[in-house]
Amino acid sequence: MAFSAAARQFYQSEIETIREAGLFKEERTIHSPQAADIEVEFPAGSGVRKAINMCANNYLGLSSHPEVIAAAHAGLDSRGYGMSSVRFICGTQDIHRELEERLTEFLGTEDTLLFPSCMDANAGVFEAILNDQDVMIADRLVHASIVDGMRLCKAMTDTFKHSDMGHLEEKLQEHQDKRFRLIITDGVFSMDGDLAKIDEIVALAEKYDAMVFSDESHSTGFIGKTGRGVHEHCGVFGKMDIITTTLGKALGGASGGCVSGKREFIEMCRQRARPYLFSNTVAPVIVAGALKVMEIVMSSTERRDKLEWNANYWRKMMIEIGLDIKAGESPIVPVMFYNAKLAQDFARDLFAEGVYAVGFFFPVVPKGAARIRTQLSAAHDQRHLDIAGEAFRKVGTKYGILGKGKKEIIEMYGV
Amino acid sequence: MDELTRSVIDYIKHEYIEADDDRELTATTPLISGGIVDSFSMISLKRFIEKKNGITIPDVEASPEAFDTVKGIVALVNKLKK
Repeated sequence: MAFSAAARQFYQSEIETIREAGLFKEERTIHSPQAADIEVEFPAGSGVRKAINMCANNYLGLSSHPEVIAAAHAGLDSRGYGMSSVRFICGTQDIHRELEERLTEFLGTEDTLLFPSCMDANAGVFEAILNDQDVMIADRLVHASIVDGMRLCKAMTDTFKHSDMGHLEEKLQEHQDKRFRLIITDGVFSMDGDLAKIDEIVALAEKYDAMVFSDESHSTGFIGKTGRGVHEHCGVFGKMDIITTTLGKALGGASGGCVSGKREFIEMCRQRARPYLFSNTVAPVIVAGALKVMEIVMSSTERRDKLEWNANYWRKMMIEIGLDIKAGESPIVPVMFYNAKLAQDFARDLFAEGVYAVGFFFPVVPKGAARIRTQLSAAHDQRHLDIAGEAFRKVGTKYGILGKGKKEIIEMYGV
Repeated sequence: MDELTRSVIDYIKHEYIEADDDRELTATTPLISGGIVDSFSMISLKRFIEKKNGITIPDVEASPEAFDTVKGIVALVNKLKK
């Protein structure tokens, strides 16, 4: 069927609507490896300029680590470029199982299954293990991939107010008639950077005969004393029923994700999770790199310790400068502007000062909660943070918001 | 205010609005476009309305537009009850 003039006009109009709503996303082209110092071309066609990256998920600074790159090269030589197959036909190599075993040990679960991404893991896991006799009770701020996965599952969907344990308890009481109850949360909520109350969730799960699922994508490798995740931080390591996480952030940042948990759930995913069944195996080169990443994070806490120091230093600096940040314990530090245009203008001016950070606004975050999400990395040195902090101070002075709280900023700029 | 409108407002206040949020909620307050209820959590509101009124709201009728105000929800319930 032809792509008619009417079809073209329709899609052009849709794209224009997105643009007019201020929701149009533009990609910035990076001309360097992922790192604390990057070379960015923005807008397209302009010159390439150096910038300090304050918005990568490269929490442990392993995305371009020489040992990881060397391991990936070796994996490319020894196991090839691609497998040209899904896992269950002829796509499982020894190193896939080896990586799954390392992840199982690291996360404190019974077994693990690799997926092409954590998006795919979240899209496939619920449908594979629950049916219409069951209920999924999710925190309202879980990641979009979890929402999509829940929509693909026949189990009843319910939600509780963000991190509100009283509301969760009400929901657990309400759904005692269901066969299985699954509580669903993020470990670290990516937009606010706050941690789930996993210990309280596990206690409620035990009280009301429920199971617990946590997406640890923004915590695996660095939250908790040895970086195992929020479950380690909250003292419930080994008590999780299902964890999903990614290799695409702290663990080297390439791609790939996994479902980890009770071995029966893993087997059900192997048999029934459609994104797993019908996607190519994770490329050998990525598996080889990720095995080196696991060796690094399991042999030393040096990188997560540095990240923790950087996050504390940055939070303290932002407060001293007089910017309004969301309190928290993670290396995600949202600087609040409330007004979407102000957040965008601020990010643009930061870039002019050599600092790369991105504004987020509705519908990614609630209306009137626009922000710049800064993310720390073990790749940052104090020098990077001092330079970036000065840029925030300079631009903050320009807009007259230093020392101002939510109410005053909204009075100045609206929402 | 009729009993149905009151019950829906009370439910939304309890289910979606934080304890420290003192904003006023009326029958015409935008719920979805106003960021109080999102399409993900809307499902429990739909279930509450169905259970309370003994009706089934077809998916095609449970649109974000129909659920955007309490007034719209009440109109939908009255239509389905007929």
